[in-house]
Amino acid sequence: MRDTRHQLVWLLGIAGALLVVRYSLRALDMEYCLTQLTMALYYSMVVLGLCLVMGYCGQVSLGHGAFFAIGGYTTAVLTTAHFDRLARSPIGGWLQDLHVLVARQDAFGHPAISFNPWAGFMAAMGLTAVIALLIGYPALRLKGHYLAMATLGFGLIVNKLVLGTAALGAADGINGVPRWTLLPGLIVSGRSEHRVANFYIAAVLLLVVLWLLRNLVRSRIGRALLAIHDRETAANAMGINTAGLKLKTFLLSALLAASAGVLFTHYTGGIGPSESGVMKSVRYLALTAAGGMANLWGACVVSTLLNYLSLRGLFGTFDHAVFGVLLIVMISVAPEGPLRPIGVWLRAQLLRCKPERRPSHGPA
Amino acid sequence: MDEASLLLQYLLSGITKGSIYAVVAIGFNLIYSATGVLNFAQGEFVMLGGMVAVSLARLVPLPVAVFGAVVIVAVLGCLLELLFFRRLRRHTVLHLIIITIGLSIVIQEVALHVWDEKVRALPYFTGNEISSIRFLGAAISPQAVWVLGTVGVVVVALHAFLKYSLAGKAMRACSSNPEAAMLAGINIPVMRNLSFGLSAGLGALAGCVISPITSTHYEMGAPLAIKGFAAAILGGLGNPMAAVAGGLSVGTVEAFSVMLWPAAYNDVAAFGIILLVLFFRPEGLFGRRAGQGVREH
Repeated sequence: MRDTRHQLVWLLGIAGALLVVRYSLRALDMEYCLTQLTMALYYSMVVLGLCLVMGYCGQVSLGHGAFFAIGGYTTAVLTTAHFDRLARSPIGGWLQDLHVLVARQDAFGHPAISFNPWAGFMAAMGLTAVIALLIGYPALRLKGHYLAMATLGFGLIVNKLVLGTAALGAADGINGVPRWTLLPGLIVSGRSEHRVANFYIAAVLLLVVLWLLRNLVRSRIGRALLAIHDRETAANAMGINTAGLKLKTFLLSALLAASAGVLFTHYTGGIGPSESGVMKSVRYLALTAAGGMANLWGACVVSTLLNYLSLRGLFGTFDHAVFGVLLIVMISVAPEGPLRPIGVWLRAQLLRCKPERRPSHGPA
Repeated sequence: MDEASLLLQYLLSGITKGSIYAVVAIGFNLIYSATGVLNFAQGEFVMLGGMVAVSLARLVPLPVAVFGAVVIVAVLGCLLELLFFRRLRRHTVLHLIIITIGLSIVIQEVALHVWDEKVRALPYFTGNEISSIRFLGAAISPQAVWVLGTVGVVVVALHAFLKYSLAGKAMRACSSNPEAAMLAGINIPVMRNLSFGLSAGLGALAGCVISPITSTHYEMGAPLAIKGFAAAILGGLGNPMAAVAGGLSVGTVEAFSVMLWPAAYNDVAAFGIILLVLFFRPEGLFGRRAGQGVREH
């Protein structure tokens, strides 16, 4: 009972916060900021996934920028390239009946046949899963931090491949990615008439991910993950399948990064090679650390805020340096993140105001 | 040029580059054995060595510039250890590794702001771009001879240092069993500091000798780190001398990989080696399979 009421309060608080952001931006005549805010929310989805790998699993991944890019590029290619020849084949006709292949207009207004964004999303998930398993399986079976180097190498290669492949637009990236109708009426698109709706879509999707991950880390699996993080050998001795669990976590987090990439690409209408750069991966790492590693809420808030500021160009030519310094400072000064002490203090204040104060049962 | 000498040409270029990867891998190993940390900023030491030497070479003769660059970067390595790794001893290895990632980005960005995004290079130590030595039908740049000679001398000297000198023996003791080393009166923090300084200095030296051939660029660190890591795990992590064989193999595979795919994709070779080693022989080619202890860093 108490928990449901607690959750209801949270839900109302979040909804209120979103409305406050949206209407205060409108009052200030700064509604254009919602675009960068939406992009920042999608980036935060990657950071949430990384939280799981770093904070709960104790592994470092420098490949999340690459997974984001794989998601984005897969859907971008499938929804913008011409598949007219495929459409004329017998399988093509069948795919068209299923609306996997759809007719649309290309950037020049010519009729073209490409894949449905949902098909792009599915393909992105499939490709990401295969790659994540291929890298994660050997690297996570071993004790130590091999995943970090393996994913760094992977990130460098994806960046090089993207830059060196004409079909992926090389240095220009891919533009003209069509909008994605999630459900009738819910359209992921960067058009200005969809701006407000997309802000809500991104925020709600991020919250859903946050809620799911929160439930995951508070379950039996989450406790097993924390045991792995603290003492892998001891966790193993307790009967936890450490390698399998680490691999599943890495896979889930890679899929999250790729979904964020797909959504981001449909939202901005394109994707460029810089998304796959190692710098992007380091940025996600820095934001995870700044949020407090094993702190999902902290990661969400810090990442959205800093990504937004970065997208608004606040850091100028020091954009990368800011995140590098942030990483070092956060880890060396406050490895638990800056928000946890504040949150503990706030909770103490709030609880004191409540009339029916009870001792809490276990960790809240 | 006939087929055989073409292959020899690939082999020579592979060995030249591979010797640089070997030095980076040795650097990884030195720090890893002493602290358990995979130092992601290892490639940055190579970049800094080249950059500092290029700047110094405008003021002083080339040998002095190279020497100065090595000393400066080695001191920087010691300082980083003092500033971050010694103070943060209570942190987990995960935290320390993440800090090295941050350091590598910050060093890169500082290099970008101090120098710029232009590609620089030291002059050839002897001869110039077009001078070459004929060797069994293949042509070698005199600089490649410098690279191989320098790396050879460094490897032999390091081996002698680790094997025979008191400090070297202390370093090895430190990596094989820190507690026992401490009980024997070895000052472990000093040894850790030494490993950072040594590894940074070696990296800087490699950055100087390779600079005339591959040039120096602020972004060159990360790819070098990956190839050095591939070399290190191929040889077996924690074994500096096996890293030499690892480095030469990675360089050679990379050189021959241009026969399969465009040179722009040559990082794929190093990544492939990493995956294969992790899949089939995580202890490295020269490592022992047994002895996966329960010590957790």
